[in-house]
Amino acid sequence: MDTPEKFAGKFEFLEHTADVYIRAHGKTMEEAYENAALAMFEVMTDTDKVAQTQEETVEVEAEDQYALLYNWLEALLVKFETENILYSKFQITSWEETAENFKIKAKIWGEKFDAQKHPQKVAVKAVTYHRMVIIKERDRVILEFILDI
Amino acid sequence: MGESESRRAPEEIPLEKVNDYAWRIPKYKSGMRVPGMVFANEALLEKMKTDRTLWQCTNVTWLPGIYKHAITLPDGHEGYGFPIGGVAATDYDNGVISPGGVGYDINCGVRLLATTLTEKEIRPKLAPLADTIFRNVPSGLGSRRKDLTISSADLDRLVVEGVPWLIKRGFGWPEDAEHCEEQGCMANADPDKVSSTAKRRGLTQIGTLGSGNHFLEVQKVDKIYNPKTAKAFGITQEGQVTVMIHCGSRGFGHQVCSDYLRVMEHAVQKYKITLPDRELACAPGNSNEARDYFQAMACAVNYAFSNRHAIMHWVRQSFQQVFHEPPEKFGLKLVYDVAHNIAKVETHKIDGGEKKVWVHRKGATRAFPAGHPDIPADYRSEGQPVLIPGSMGTSSWVLVGSQKAMDLTFGSTAHGAGRMMSRSAAKRQYWGGDIKAALEKRGIVVRAASASVLAEEADQAYKNVDVVADVSDKIGIATKVARLVPLAVVKG
Repeated sequence: MDTPEKFAGKFEFLEHTADVYIRAHGKTMEEAYENAALAMFEVMTDTDKVAQTQEETVEVEAEDQYALLYNWLEALLVKFETENILYSKFQITSWEETAENFKIKAKIWGEKFDAQKHPQKVAVKAVTYHRMVIIKERDRVILEFILDI
Repeated sequence: MGESESRRAPEEIPLEKVNDYAWRIPKYKSGMRVPGMVFANEALLEKMKTDRTLWQCTNVTWLPGIYKHAITLPDGHEGYGFPIGGVAATDYDNGVISPGGVGYDINCGVRLLATTLTEKEIRPKLAPLADTIFRNVPSGLGSRRKDLTISSADLDRLVVEGVPWLIKRGFGWPEDAEHCEEQGCMANADPDKVSSTAKRRGLTQIGTLGSGNHFLEVQKVDKIYNPKTAKAFGITQEGQVTVMIHCGSRGFGHQVCSDYLRVMEHAVQKYKITLPDRELACAPGNSNEARDYFQAMACAVNYAFSNRHAIMHWVRQSFQQVFHEPPEKFGLKLVYDVAHNIAKVETHKIDGGEKKVWVHRKGATRAFPAGHPDIPADYRSEGQPVLIPGSMGTSSWVLVGSQKAMDLTFGSTAHGAGRMMSRSAAKRQYWGGDIKAALEKRGIVVRAASASVLAEEADQAYKNVDVVADVSDKIGIATKVARLVPLAVVKG
């Protein structure tokens, strides 16, 4: 899918035959994580149409940085599937990292999925490690990952 | 970015032509335990060279205990770890099990119903029927059926008992179970091996189609190639109406795969298994990790059988609501239900002897020959029905398994068309509304939850399923019985 202009600098959809291939950007790891989450929900719906009326907190832990990105996206996907809530705003509020453990906390905003209000795009089946890339430079971060749809 | 370079395999894969439909990847580097074997025609092979399909086939040959060769079928394309359209058999005692050899959508598969109606009889009611099915079978993003609520205890029983459990609850007919692979209930399912997250995802999604390439079609028999076998399967004439359901284990299965990929990553370290790609993470078949995965996978397999079964029940109800007669009046008999993503314990003849193996089929259909004890008694003289769904708007196929499949592919054949155009490219080229109009111009009724899915699933974005069926037939691993074409398409 082509990436709408409004998301320039946040994320883009790369070419992939069967699935959705996303590259998310940020000045910091936190910002890149927020944009990665936004991209995932943009695959499913038009996030502009998702009001930020419900606020929740999410905590994710993992043993390495790849697993952390995977767990972050999976946690949001599971929340959507089990609680039927779409999210459109994400804010990482805490980031703790040691050699063996990564732990983040986030605030997320969204509202109940309403088929009348929210355009249906493709449901995401799963996050994958396939072609996952995490590039961290001094003043920018790039995350690449594939969603199984 | 140079997309084409990034998509290509990290290395050139050598190929030796065996015949017009078979190509060997020789053991060209250390680590490969067996050769790779690609079943395709020249054009399909060329397509495989444009992504990582062949590289992934080579990687599969590293799996400990693998027998004969790693197989890529005519519809092969790049997947996660294994290529999609991949088969591998590993030794039961000394081989490994890899969740990547099954995939995220465990027991994604197909179910086919045959009616006694003809196209002419159904045509006047086609649009209301499509509307009714679209209403009764939840599809698309966040789809759930509000009146099928099951408790956690129910879910635990459903994933252990599968289709027979639903039949006891009034879904479907007693004879339905016999016409499912595994009789709709894979043994050794243990819900204690399934995470609470997977169960939570599964609770709301039973009886839902999902989205993406999954679909439900009202079809007609376009051409019968093998009348004797077709008749045994309940396909008696051209123009006869059939219904095809293509979906899988939804979030339940995806989460089981996700959870156990993590377990297997640790197992690879623990058992010191050397792999060329971490996505092939696996564990020795006799380890706790592998046993736990297999028991959880069986739960997802049963979830998927049950999912298709519940959907079939609502399809029958939809016929009743539209025609105001009981569904039995229109046949609506279950022809067969096959898994496309599964791992099984099977016995195969290898090097002259019988061997018990773990067969991984990822995007592959079991294709057992006539006489095999694992196929329904009423089909045993013919062979197992093989169901290959096309992409939206194209044909689908009924084939029959054969001895050739036992000899060449561990009793397997292709499972579908396989994408060849990215979703972005398809959406740039097509617009959902145009696709719908084009299909309707051909007399196909379309009901879809999402216009963008319609564009992404445009049939031009897929390899031609007729070619895939043709290559399977030419190799002889499953031969043509009948070609089906859509009358109405319901999509997520």
